[in-house]
Amino acid sequence: MKNKFSIIRSTCVPLPVENIDTDQIIPARFLKSTSREGFGRNLFCDWRYDADGKPNMDFVLNDPAYGGTILVAGKNFGCGSSREHAAWAIADYGFRVVISSFFADIHKNNELNNFVLPVTVSEDFLQELFDSIRKDPKTEVTVDLPAQTVRNEATGRVETFDINPYKKICLEQGLDDIDYLMTRRADIEAFEKK
Amino acid sequence: MEKTLFDKIWDAHVVGETGGESSILYIDRHYCHEVTSPQAFDGLRRRGLEVFRKDRTYCSPDHNIPTLNQDLPISDPVSRNQVETLRRNASEFGLRLFDISDPHNGIIHVIGPETGLTLPGQTLLCGDSHTSTHGALGCIAFGIGTSEVEMVLATQCILQSKPKTMRINVEGKLAPGVTAKDVALYIIARLTTGGATGYFVEYAGEAIRSLSMEGRMTLCNMSIEMGARGGMVAPDEKTFEYVRGREFAPQGEDFDKAVEYWRTLKSDDGATFDREVTFDAADIKPRVTFGTNPGMGIAIDEAIPNPPADSAAAASFMKALEYMGFKPGQKLEGTPVDYVFLGSCTNGRIEDFRAFASLVKGHRKADGLTAWLVPGSQKVLRQIKEEGIDRVLEDAGFELREPGCSACLAMNDDKIPEGKLCVSTSNRNFEGRQGPGARTILASPLVAAATALTGKLTDPRTLISQE
Repeated sequence: MKNKFSIIRSTCVPLPVENIDTDQIIPARFLKSTSREGFGRNLFCDWRYDADGKPNMDFVLNDPAYGGTILVAGKNFGCGSSREHAAWAIADYGFRVVISSFFADIHKNNELNNFVLPVTVSEDFLQELFDSIRKDPKTEVTVDLPAQTVRNEATGRVETFDINPYKKICLEQGLDDIDYLMTRRADIEAFEKK
Repeated sequence: MEKTLFDKIWDAHVVGETGGESSILYIDRHYCHEVTSPQAFDGLRRRGLEVFRKDRTYCSPDHNIPTLNQDLPISDPVSRNQVETLRRNASEFGLRLFDISDPHNGIIHVIGPETGLTLPGQTLLCGDSHTSTHGALGCIAFGIGTSEVEMVLATQCILQSKPKTMRINVEGKLAPGVTAKDVALYIIARLTTGGATGYFVEYAGEAIRSLSMEGRMTLCNMSIEMGARGGMVAPDEKTFEYVRGREFAPQGEDFDKAVEYWRTLKSDDGATFDREVTFDAADIKPRVTFGTNPGMGIAIDEAIPNPPADSAAAASFMKALEYMGFKPGQKLEGTPVDYVFLGSCTNGRIEDFRAFASLVKGHRKADGLTAWLVPGSQKVLRQIKEEGIDRVLEDAGFELREPGCSACLAMNDDKIPEGKLCVSTSNRNFEGRQGPGARTILASPLVAAATALTGKLTDPRTLISQE
């Protein structure tokens, strides 16, 4: 999962729904696995399949017109349960980036810890991007992590995005927090003695 | 410099900085349940690491466990495997486990406070968003993902950027029939489901101070439902009395010394918050939700509002109503209800069963309605029996189940069937939360009790005033 991250240019999968909670991203009944793998097949399961398990052709993941490694979603993406399985499902399905105008805290951390980049854009940029994709499903977006920019290639519009500088280094170098914290063991032990 | 309660506890736990926005925060207490921990223990094995501080982590299975016949093996093999995996991991890594048969077992957010493991002034984490519950005792408690669970197991620390602070004051007195749950649902509706994202909330004001410890837990529990990292209430005499004598709490002189420190844990006069909002307790009535997030709520005697003006928001609003089978302008009071669920880390405590029982005492459950009454822990179940609440419930036609998370998220067999409407004292009304296609109305134990008696969504005040 530790994919080093730099510049990604891809078509997008649009999901213009607000307040998508992690129960929609991966319903609780799929949380019984004890491994991190295989959650992608149940990503958005209850929107993606009907009660008999047949693909719901109205849902965007089943529409062959759309594809790519960037998910574009309405505001307050990932609210609700802290389940990291949601980030695992997004990564396992093949998404590298999620673009929204607002992310819930815990889920945003979970994405970063799984080398999926959450990109927060303005509401205006987001709506324009949804428009571009609606007009042309082949619309591409370029996400440049080193420069912290996101570009709608259909309109040429560029926005910068924020990222915690520490997490940026982690993504660029494929490091995780535990690797880092293990280098700080002495400080932790000193703190305990205080 | 005047400090907030949050700042005092945070500052006392910072080990160091990373150079970025994240601090290294030391964690006093860590809880594990079976759903969000297996991959973290796997990670430790892969890295060849031990648990760094074995005496700071406690484990309890709660999400998958059946609420009937707990003495028998779990019939669903996948659920069973997850519980057995927690058992194996606790044993291999040397952690204390409150197993299904243990008198301490229960929903992790119910047993933490009731065992005295959760204390004022702590930093406390669990791989579960409702960890915010523990903030009721005056500690910094919040939910984390599994990578972070692994981080805490490996280092007893977490990397975290400091959230902004918000104080929510509820002034005045709550009316009869209005509970902590109604306060929570009211605040979430006012601030919206994402309205406190990025903030840590301190609840204050007369109405909050007058809540019992259980009520404060209900309120702090739902902080995450408006996006807040966590919620907390400054510890006071009520808190100290609650903690006194609990099994894992400091005892004797140690307790007195602890209380001396805990008394300093309050926001200083003049401390500034990034945001402060004030509500009037008199405006709060029994609440219900009508949509598919906890912010979509109304007073029980109100009608469902019209869609918002913004088109993206309106589309999401109508999608929610379509799922629920409701319409803008519709009144929900009197709507036929199929199921009632009393329980969860939100409302599965003794006070909630007392409240439910007080209303159904001497009456009968409505025919055709199914009620699942699930205590939050073995201790709550014992208390229910000691107080004779079980007999009151039985006489009214209700059956008591065994403790667990149950129908709050339906990971065990307690699933609301597709299309059925459930009045639930839990915390989330998301699509499919209580089972695929299930429809959820969130409400207090009193609304649940009134509804269970009539079979229709019922304002408990109409029953209270009759008595």
